[in-house]
Amino acid sequence: MQTALLIEQILNGLQFGVMLFLMAAGLTLIFGVMGLINLAHGSLYMVGAFACATVAAATGSFWLGLVASLAAAAAAGALMEITVIRRLYERDHLDQVLATFALILVFSEGTRWIFGSIPLYLNIPPLLAGAIPLPGGSAYPLYRVAIIGVGIAVAIGLHLLITRTRLGMRIRAGESDREMIGALGVDIRTLYTVVFALGAALAGLAGAMVGALQSVQVGMGEPVLILAFVVIVIGGIGSIHGALVGALLVGLIDTLGRFLLPVALATFMGPSAAASIGASVASMLIYVFMALVLAIRPRGLFAAAG
Amino acid sequence: MTRETLISLAIVLALLAIPLWATAAGETFYITLATRMAILALAAVGLNIALGLGGLVSFGHAAFFGIGGYAAGILASHAFNMEPLPFGLPGTNAMPVIWIVAIVASGLVALAIGAISLRTAGVYFIMITLAFAQMIFYFAISWPAYGGEDGLSIFVRNQFPGVNTLNGLSFFFVCFTLLIASLGLFSLLRASRFGAALQAARQNEQRLATVGIAPYRIRLAAFVISAMVTGLAGALFADLNRFVSPSMLSWHMSGELIVLIILGGVGRLAGPVAGAMLYVAFEYFLGGITERWQLFLGLLLLAVVLFARGGVVGLLAGKARHG
Amino acid sequence: MAEPVLKLSNLTKTFGALKATDDVSLDLKPGEIHALIGPNGAGKSTLIHQIAGSLRPDTGSIRFLGHDVGALGVPERARMGLGRTFQISSLTPEFSALRNVMLAVQARQGTSFRFFRPVMRDRTLTEPAMAMLERVGLAGRAAVPAAELSHGERRQLEIAIALALGSKAFLLDEPMAGMDPEGSKTLTGFLDQLRAEAPILLVEHDMDAVFALADRITVLVYGRVIATGTVEDIRNDADVRRAYLGEEA
Repeated sequence: MQTALLIEQILNGLQFGVMLFLMAAGLTLIFGVMGLINLAHGSLYMVGAFACATVAAATGSFWLGLVASLAAAAAAGALMEITVIRRLYERDHLDQVLATFALILVFSEGTRWIFGSIPLYLNIPPLLAGAIPLPGGSAYPLYRVAIIGVGIAVAIGLHLLITRTRLGMRIRAGESDREMIGALGVDIRTLYTVVFALGAALAGLAGAMVGALQSVQVGMGEPVLILAFVVIVIGGIGSIHGALVGALLVGLIDTLGRFLLPVALATFMGPSAAASIGASVASMLIYVFMALVLAIRPRGLFAAAG
Repeated sequence: MTRETLISLAIVLALLAIPLWATAAGETFYITLATRMAILALAAVGLNIALGLGGLVSFGHAAFFGIGGYAAGILASHAFNMEPLPFGLPGTNAMPVIWIVAIVASGLVALAIGAISLRTAGVYFIMITLAFAQMIFYFAISWPAYGGEDGLSIFVRNQFPGVNTLNGLSFFFVCFTLLIASLGLFSLLRASRFGAALQAARQNEQRLATVGIAPYRIRLAAFVISAMVTGLAGALFADLNRFVSPSMLSWHMSGELIVLIILGGVGRLAGPVAGAMLYVAFEYFLGGITERWQLFLGLLLLAVVLFARGGVVGLLAGKARHG
Repeated sequence: MAEPVLKLSNLTKTFGALKATDDVSLDLKPGEIHALIGPNGAGKSTLIHQIAGSLRPDTGSIRFLGHDVGALGVPERARMGLGRTFQISSLTPEFSALRNVMLAVQARQGTSFRFFRPVMRDRTLTEPAMAMLERVGLAGRAAVPAAELSHGERRQLEIAIALALGSKAFLLDEPMAGMDPEGSKTLTGFLDQLRAEAPILLVEHDMDAVFALADRITVLVYGRVIATGTVEDIRNDADVRRAYLGEEA
C-alpha cells in the first residue's frame, strides 16, 4: 500500500514537473533569444485554459478545445509581442517587469470582464478518462499519464526544433549574436514574434491540460508563473535543458515533500503537529532548494558560459 | 531651493492638507484614505532606497511589508489574549515596541534573502526576490497558528504613548511623521558617502570595483535598510486596517510598491509620495465607478512605462540633477 | 636592480580551444613606462583583465608590491594601489566629474559605510578631488556630468580617478584611443611626468606615443610574448617587424 502511494506521488510529481516545464520552456526561450523577462506569461496560460474550456463547452469536444487553446494563446502572444513587448527589448529589466505586470492587470481584468468571476470547469476527455493499474493493486488516472506523455513529446520536439531545423538555427544564432543574425538577412522582427508565439502556445497548452484537473479561473496562471521562475533560476536562464531538469526537480521535490515530510515528522511528534508543521515546511522546500542551488551555482545548474 | 525640492514640499503639503480638509468638512473617510496614502508612501520610500538609489529591482518587498504587518498582528494578539510568546516574552500593544520588532525582523529576513539574491544580478535578482517573498507568503498561508489563509485581526488599534491612536487624525499624524522621517533618511542617505557608493553601483559596477569598493556589501546594506523602512510601514498598515493577512505578502503587493515608485518617479525624493497619492486616489475614485479599475490601472501603467518614464515628479521637475 | 612593482610569471588563460594568454611573463619596474603592444586579438585585453582581477588566469602568478594577488578580487587589488583606466571610458555617467573623483578619494580614505554626512559639504573629499581635476586640466569642467564630457575629457577624468586612488602602479588601456592629435600630444606629455609618481603599464596602439614614452616594450602576438626590450631593440627585432610592425606599415 505504502509503495503504491509513493509511486502515485512520484507520478504526480512528474506530471506537475512536466506542466512546469511547458511554462518554463517558453519563458526561458523568450529570455534566451530576446533578453526579455515576461511576467505576463501566466496570462497566456490562463488564456489557453479559458479558450479550451469555452470551446470544449460549445462543441462538446476536448480536442477541439485543445486546438483552440494553442491557437488562442499563440494569437494572444503574437498580439502581445507586436503591440507591447516589441518596444521593450531595448529597455532595462525594470521597464520590462512593469510593462508585463501591467499586461497581467489588463489580461486578468479583461478576462473577468468577459467571463465573470465564476470558475469554468473542463471535463477530462472520455478517451483518457480511465485509469492504469499500478503495482500493489491501486490505479493511476490515465489523463495524468497522458500529460506526462505530452510533456516528454514537447521536450523532444523542442530539442529537435532547436538542434535540427532552420528556425532552431536562427534561434541559436539569435541567442549568441543578435546583430549577426540581422546581418545574415533573417527578418528578426518576425523571428521574435514567432518565438514569442511559440512560447505562448506552450503556456496555453499547459493551461488547457491543467484546466481539466483544476477549475479554470482568473489568476490561475500566477502561482504557476512564479514556480516557473524558480524552475528557470534553478536550471539556468536561457537553457531549455535546464528548464526540463529544473521543472522535474521542482515538481518532484514539491510533491514528495508535501507527502513525505508530515510522515517523517510524525515519527517523533504528534500527528496533528506533524501535519501542520510538515505542510508549512513543505511549502517552503523548493525555495530552500533554489537557495541551495544558487549558493553553489549562482547562475543555475545549466548556465550558459560567461 | 531647487525646483525638485519645491515640488517635493508641495506634494508632501498636499498630502497633509487632505485630512485637515476632511476634518473641517466632516468627511472622515478621507482621513483613512490619506493615512493609507502615507503608509504606502512610507513602504515605497523604503523600496526606493534599494530600487531608486541602488538600482536593485526587488520584486519581493511585500515580504518585508507583510513581516512588519505580522509583527504588529502577532504582538497585539498575544497582548490581547494575555498569552506569552515563546521564551515567556509578553505580547504588547505599544507601537514603539512593535515598530522596533517589525524593523528588526524585516531587517534580519532581508539580510538572509539579500545575502543570497545579491550574489546574482539582473533578471535573476528579480526572480529570486520574487520567489523568496512567495516562500514567505506560502508559509504564512500554511502556518495555522496565526490565522493561516484567513489572516489575523487586531481588535483594538495599538497604542502610542501620549497619542489617542483610535482617533483617525491622530493616527494619520503618527504615520505622516514617520513618512517625513523616512524622507529625511532617504535624502541623507542619498547625499552621503554610502549613497555615493550605492548610486555608483547602480550606474557602473565596474567603476565602483575599480576604485576599490566592493559593490556586494554596499548593496546588501541598502537592501536591509530598505526592507526595514518597508517593514515599519507594514506594521502601520496592519494597524490601519486592524487586520493582517497573507495578502500583504502577496506578489501583487510587491508589484504595487514598484508601480507606486514608477508612477511617482524613480529615485526622486517625493516620487513614492506622489505615486502613493495617485495610486490610492485612482483606486478609490475609479474603483467607485467601475469594478474593473485595475484594467485601467494596467493601461495607465503601460502608458507611463512606454511613454513617460520620469513619472509625475519627472514631468513636473524635469531631468534629475546629481550634484 | 630595483624590485619590480608588478611581476607576472607564466600566465596562461584559455577559452575553450583558444589560448588567449600563453605563458606570459613580464614585469614593471619603479619609475618606468612599460608598453604592451600587439595586433588586435593578441590578448592584450585578456591580460589586462587578469592583472586587474576581473579574470582569473588558469596557471601562473601575479605579484604586486611583493604580494601574490592571484586570489584577490578587483576591489582588493584596487585598494592595494593598482590604478586602472579602461579602453572604453568607464565612469559613473550621472555624477559630475568632481563626484567621480570624490568616489575614488572616498574609497582611498577607507569606509563607505558613512550614512549621514553630505559628501558635497565634506572638504576632505571635495578638496583632494578638485586638486586631481586641476592636475589633469579638468578643473573648469568639475560640475559637468560625466555623460556630457567629451571623449578626451573622459579619458582625462579616468586618469584623475587613478591618481586620486594614490595608485602604486597605473594600468592604462589605450588611453590615446579616439583622441585627436592635439589631445594625444598633451596626454603624452602628461604621462611622461606621471611615471615619476608610479610606473605605468601602457597598452597602446598609437606607435608615436609608445616610441616617445616607453622605457621598455613587450610585444604580444596570439597570446605569446614574442619580444621584450628597449625601443631600439623592438624597432630592430626581425620577428616584430614581420609579425606586427610590417602589418602596420
